[in-house]
Amino acid sequence: MTNDSLVIGGRTFTSRLLVGTGKFSSNKAMIEAMEGSGCEIVTVALRRVDIENPEDSMLSHIDRDRYLLLPNTSGARDAEEAMRLARLARAAGCEPWVKLEVTPDPYYLLPDPIETLKAARILVKEGFTVLPYINADPVLAKHLQEAGTATVMPLGAPIGTNRGLRTRDQIRIIIEQAIVPVVVDAGLGAPSHAAEAMEMGADAVLVNTALAVSPNPGAMGAAFKKGVQAGREAFLAGLGEQSQKAQASSPLTGFLHD
Amino acid sequence: MTFHDILNQYDIDRLEEMISTQTAQDVQRALAVERPGPDELMALLSPAAEQFVEPMAQKAHAITVQRFGHNILLYAPLYISNECVNGCLYCGFSARNRVPRHTLSLEDVEKEARYLHAQGFRHILLVTGESPKAVDNDYLAAVARRLRPLFSSISIEVYPMETEGYRQMVESGVDGLTIYQETYDRDLYGRMHPSGKKSDFDFRLETPERGGRAGLRRIGIGSLLGLGRFRSEGFLTGLHALFLSRHYWRTQVSVSFPRIRPADGGFSPLHPVSDRQFVQLLCALRLLLPDAGLVLSTRESAALRDNLLPLGITQMSAGSCTAPGGYSDPNHSTQQFAIDDDRSPAEVCRLIRAKGYEAVWKDWDGAFLDRTAEQ
Repeated sequence: MTNDSLVIGGRTFTSRLLVGTGKFSSNKAMIEAMEGSGCEIVTVALRRVDIENPEDSMLSHIDRDRYLLLPNTSGARDAEEAMRLARLARAAGCEPWVKLEVTPDPYYLLPDPIETLKAARILVKEGFTVLPYINADPVLAKHLQEAGTATVMPLGAPIGTNRGLRTRDQIRIIIEQAIVPVVVDAGLGAPSHAAEAMEMGADAVLVNTALAVSPNPGAMGAAFKKGVQAGREAFLAGLGEQSQKAQASSPLTGFLHD
Repeated sequence: MTFHDILNQYDIDRLEEMISTQTAQDVQRALAVERPGPDELMALLSPAAEQFVEPMAQKAHAITVQRFGHNILLYAPLYISNECVNGCLYCGFSARNRVPRHTLSLEDVEKEARYLHAQGFRHILLVTGESPKAVDNDYLAAVARRLRPLFSSISIEVYPMETEGYRQMVESGVDGLTIYQETYDRDLYGRMHPSGKKSDFDFRLETPERGGRAGLRRIGIGSLLGLGRFRSEGFLTGLHALFLSRHYWRTQVSVSFPRIRPADGGFSPLHPVSDRQFVQLLCALRLLLPDAGLVLSTRESAALRDNLLPLGITQMSAGSCTAPGGYSDPNHSTQQFAIDDDRSPAEVCRLIRAKGYEAVWKDWDGAFLDRTAEQ
């Protein structure tokens, strides 16, 4: 397992768990979750921070030598707005990495596939490492890969619902066909959900609400870390096939092969 | 289709009767369903639901934490004019009241804004009366342009505009609109608004829709608690929010719960809403609208606000002054109404943290609207 690293946009990470920073009750709780999870990438909503101000209460708590700060465009309703935010972050000194979120619907925060693809194509050409948040749509995932995104990030369930892998069958197709890392994002509410995604072959998962709403974010972060590791190890070890019927360990016709 | 078509399906007296005849079993069923609709809202607002306020509050809390986390967005109203041609019976700004009238110059507005900015606010709500001579769209647009560099989000709570007016506001940097219907009871509305442009019930009712068409990102609605009967008002407010969120699906809808406060004119509430009923209303609307912003102003007492905080609230004002110019010059005494929670923003922040929540000063970015930033 020593060489089992995650490579995104040419950078190598040992953790396969990404953490979001919204919804926490305090910056202290956020840091506890990050530390417990062992994550190396944290995503921050640009609309929540004063990106040009290093004294911003959230940004000042995140050790940028330890964590890759991945700005996200949460709140953007179309490609123009998302691109504007990405450029704003880069101009403020952030690395040119962006979690691309285009969610015109403020209720379920479901991603707009057309505007996401449009923004991704332009941002990639401008030199950004783009990690797009998408619905679990295998064809869209292919378009984004062709556009040059560094990952695809299909949702397991709508953001914040903690419902787990409701899009399992579609994610399975995306994983099967992917040429970039697949990061399952949104909807994972329990370490078992994360383990399941990793067992399926996802390269990483991103979790926020499950940690932020836990009474003990640090411990929940640690639990997710174990879930991700267990799922990854099971995937690499090779899971047995599932069957509807019992497979006899001593088959009745075994003598035919003797 | 407009919300008129839905509102016209209801007779207020008949609606009150339907709500009042809901049973405990109806309430239990409403509490059990995953996604309550109008039928369930009726049960949750009923007298029978009063004995279920605690489980309603528990559920409202859980839903809110799930959808919004432990965050409370702070905002401040900035009153820029108390000049008004309307004769609303309950309002301190009413044209009937002989009080000093004042509209801030752009310089004075900026002075007030800088005071609020220094306190930490990045979300601001511009408030005026209705006076075409003193405050028009061009003036408001100029105010918004002047304040944009200071604030992440600028909302307006002013006279209703045509769609074009709201488009002008969006282009000037306004992203949110608050507009209270005051009461959904057409007859009562007529009695409460006997003169001025505000007496046009239909024009006011369609205002959020015009704002939605103009592309405003946030629209806040509400009824003024104490005018009509809170059960039917709450029910229709809920339907209105549902309608807006379905038809203007790119716009975040929020609901406020303003209770009538003492003001010049000495109006007394027609149907006072008790604290218990207030909580019932708040929780019922949270269960109906899990993703809506629920707003609490400084009209309520500090003690009540502290206790309401975990029941579904997502936004609070703090340190408010309802007199134009009153932040930078405390001698301005003409208020729209008397606030009840007079704690400073810093004190409110400390309380929010003590309750296990994070006080959020910024949850938006002006860059969303800043077309000049495009490359």
